[in-house]
Amino acid sequence: MTTTIRMNRRQFFESLGKSSLVVGFNLSPVAASLLASEAHAASADSSFTILSGISSGPLSENDAWITIDHQGKITLLSGKVELGTGTQTAFMQIVAEELYVDVSAITYVQGDTSQTPDQGTTAGSKSVQTQGPLVRRAAATAFQQLLSLASAYLGAPSSQLVAQGGSIGVGTAMQHPTTYAKLFAGQQISVPTNPAAPFKGASQYTVVGQPVPRVDLFDKFTGKFTYVSDVVVPGMLHGRVVRNDYNSSTGLYKSKPKNATFQSLDDSAARTVPGFVKTVQKQNFVGVVATTEWGAIQAARGVHVTWQSGAALASDSNEADLLPALKSQIYATSTQEVVGNVVTAYAAATGPKLTDTFYSPYQMHGSVGPCCAVASVTSAADDNGIQATVWSGTQGVYPLQQAVAQILGLAQSAVRIIYVEGAGCYGHSGADDVAVDAALMSQAVGAPVRVQWMRQDEHGWEPLGPAMAHTMIGALNADGSVASWSQEVWTPPHSSRPGGAGSLLAGQETGSLPPNLPTAPVNQGTRNAPVNYSFPAIKLTAHHVQPYLVNSHGAVAGTSVVNTFPRSSALRSLGGMSNCFANESFIDELVRAAHADPVAFRNQYVCTLNPPSSGSAAAVPGGFDQRAADALNAMAAQAGTSLAPPTKGDVAGKGVSFARYETVETYVAVYAEVEVTNATGVVWVRRVVVAHDCGLIINPDGLKNQIEGNVIQGISRTLIEEVQFNTSGITSLTWAFQVPNYPVIHFNQVPASIEIVLLDHPEQLTQLPDTPAWGAGEPTIGPVAAAIANAIYDAIGKRMTVLPITPARVVYALTH
Amino acid sequence: MPTPLTLNIYVNNRLTTVSVQDETEPLLYVLRNQVGTQAVRFGCGLAQCGACTVILNGVTTRSCVTALDKVPDGSQVTTLEGLGQPESPNGLQGIQKAFLDNQAGQCAYCASGIMMGSYNWLQGRRAAGNTAIPTDDEVKDFLSGINQTPAFVYLCRCGSHMRIVKAIQQASQEM
Repeated sequence: MTTTIRMNRRQFFESLGKSSLVVGFNLSPVAASLLASEAHAASADSSFTILSGISSGPLSENDAWITIDHQGKITLLSGKVELGTGTQTAFMQIVAEELYVDVSAITYVQGDTSQTPDQGTTAGSKSVQTQGPLVRRAAATAFQQLLSLASAYLGAPSSQLVAQGGSIGVGTAMQHPTTYAKLFAGQQISVPTNPAAPFKGASQYTVVGQPVPRVDLFDKFTGKFTYVSDVVVPGMLHGRVVRNDYNSSTGLYKSKPKNATFQSLDDSAARTVPGFVKTVQKQNFVGVVATTEWGAIQAARGVHVTWQSGAALASDSNEADLLPALKSQIYATSTQEVVGNVVTAYAAATGPKLTDTFYSPYQMHGSVGPCCAVASVTSAADDNGIQATVWSGTQGVYPLQQAVAQILGLAQSAVRIIYVEGAGCYGHSGADDVAVDAALMSQAVGAPVRVQWMRQDEHGWEPLGPAMAHTMIGALNADGSVASWSQEVWTPPHSSRPGGAGSLLAGQETGSLPPNLPTAPVNQGTRNAPVNYSFPAIKLTAHHVQPYLVNSHGAVAGTSVVNTFPRSSALRSLGGMSNCFANESFIDELVRAAHADPVAFRNQYVCTLNPPSSGSAAAVPGGFDQRAADALNAMAAQAGTSLAPPTKGDVAGKGVSFARYETVETYVAVYAEVEVTNATGVVWVRRVVVAHDCGLIINPDGLKNQIEGNVIQGISRTLIEEVQFNTSGITSLTWAFQVPNYPVIHFNQVPASIEIVLLDHPEQLTQLPDTPAWGAGEPTIGPVAAAIANAIYDAIGKRMTVLPITPARVVYALTH
Repeated sequence: MPTPLTLNIYVNNRLTTVSVQDETEPLLYVLRNQVGTQAVRFGCGLAQCGACTVILNGVTTRSCVTALDKVPDGSQVTTLEGLGQPESPNGLQGIQKAFLDNQAGQCAYCASGIMMGSYNWLQGRRAAGNTAIPTDDEVKDFLSGINQTPAFVYLCRCGSHMRIVKAIQQASQEM
């Protein structure tokens, strides 16, 4: 069995090397050197492989997780991918720690359907949380194997052996030091990960917990890094999609109508562009291919499509129109947190009774680098059975493999997806869409095609974080305690990842239908809608809004998609940011009605929560949560009690907010100070304090970097960002500040200081061995909006309930 | 009809002949696809984000909107690859070292353009005799196009702003 696996793997890499010549492929330098080194390793006689064992089917050649080659090179083959957040460095630290080597000794291979295990999608701040323990066990398994080999080789019991720098010796003096490679020389060892393999205790850590510099930043700061937009393959042509019509007299673009069907096209202008190759039209998909990039851009401007308009969207982006439209398009309703009876508790309350509504708009991921992909689809399969190879910045190579196969009409095994990092990824952006665009164009022209979305393609067509509406009702008793709490939330879906081709733009344009909408999605639109507070009566009701017309089973009504709202999917924290905004703003209203201290008030109620899972009962609060109180107190201590006078605005204010991510993971307490200029309504968030507890800290500097990023992106989404659309399509197609565009925060709008208090819990390594370190990629963005809104209330006495809190909205609040 | 154009330009001090079929092709695509300096990044094609920033004859330039026919023959172009390289005798440029020291990036797609613009800005200050560390507000205003002609804005979406400002301040003393 073991030998068979290795032979398969070796043959696989050898044939890869061959095929790259046969089909004239020359990979990008990074990809090529990667494959070359793999082939080199495979050509040696000895090998050492730890299998993940996570594939549900039989062990396969791409189930290897950690390999050590005959020269001692250690490779981690990761199904999770580096999205620019630093997880690669964290994983390398974890593996290096267990193997007693430096981080620089680890080679990292990620996201390749022909090489790495299927670990699903890299998302939800779950990489370090879920893959971390798995690779820790794989590395621990490897070390235990090496230790027993060393014991036999050195003739000493394991208890006397010491490892250091990739060698094992006897005693603390490291007598007879022997390299790992020498220990398995001449052998081919392949073992599955042993879940019970002993791993180091946190007190022994020398690599984990250290601020190891990010392994990718050196290349990024010297211009050597290969992003997906830098991938070049020989014979590669350039493609552009035609989803926006170019007006040559104004230089502006206009999105095609959302539900339009293709009628005809005029590409006479495109055909005069030097290097024009072909206009590719397949049902409602239109793209153009040229020999040069500029040629493709010019040609795309020269393709004019006549669309037959379909149904209008249910609303434009104006909040006054969109809010009732959301409420009119409900396809499912669920109850997701219940304690006591809110109706009777509310009626019996002896103190103030409050109600308020909150709203957040459609927002975009808005990566600075628009999505890009390279696809090579050939007319026949190569020696490995691969007929389509796609280089993509996708979050999930295997789900994308399925979608590409479906859309090209190929077997899934004939499609290879290779992950190459794109510009910043904050959820499900257009990375998968553009990969399918490239695959369709490559198939049509019979050559590799690189498709770079232009700014208007990204702004106009990436999946968006959807608008949400909340109604909050609460009551206090005369003593200031909370009597009842209820939230009603309206939310379109927050996840439409591939899977099937119908989740992707070009899939829908070529006739694929999206999968059924879930009947009661949990932890998406309702993420962090349940509160971690032990109020005596709680009710959370979630109304799920259809993004396209569906029947009573959640399936597309009719034979094609009729969109009612812009396409939505996962944006950093999903519903968590809007739900936290509503919950924590409303808590502030209760705090003020109770004349209480905002930190002490929360500390009274913080509790653990048993969240609902799909199809199960509603969430139920548990006992008092000391770690929540610790985070709140640490935030308050760092923030201090005094508030400096304004330096740029007219008035200053301060506010706090708290959330436990997904109600059961990372604790985040946020403090914000704002200054408001009355005449202009400009809000400046001048100081932010975050206390953050995600359990065991792998890399404190990487962690701080992520938290800072959440704070700044959170400020931007709180104060600035709102996708503009009419009932035909999206109209905010550039970064400009002038309406209708979609700007994001500028450098002169960021705070003067962001102070971060990290609460480390190394004991979680043994107390919660399956999740010793919770995620940190998105928990902080949740509570940011409410902390700001609460600070604005403190400054001007006005409750801002609609995001973004623009100058116009502040001026309106101040004058009404 | 488009007009072809062939030019000799110095990219990072290397004389390079570039040739386009349409003289309005922006410098960005010439640098990325012909010269091979891929650290010049496409972000918007509208001069709104700064990802494509290079130094053209000493002037901070948005290469995505600079048609090649506006680039004089014999021009000097500097990209991130020309600032400093680990294998070169001089090693990394101060601003690269400062970005590394401060870990001033996450996806770091924006870093190339921000480093180029900031490097040229700091050089300009020095040339004018100003060797002081720029204040937070001076750096932030520069990166926001405030009091700049043209008013170039630099965007970072990951939120590495605090670290980028610190890195530029450090670089001001290590040029």
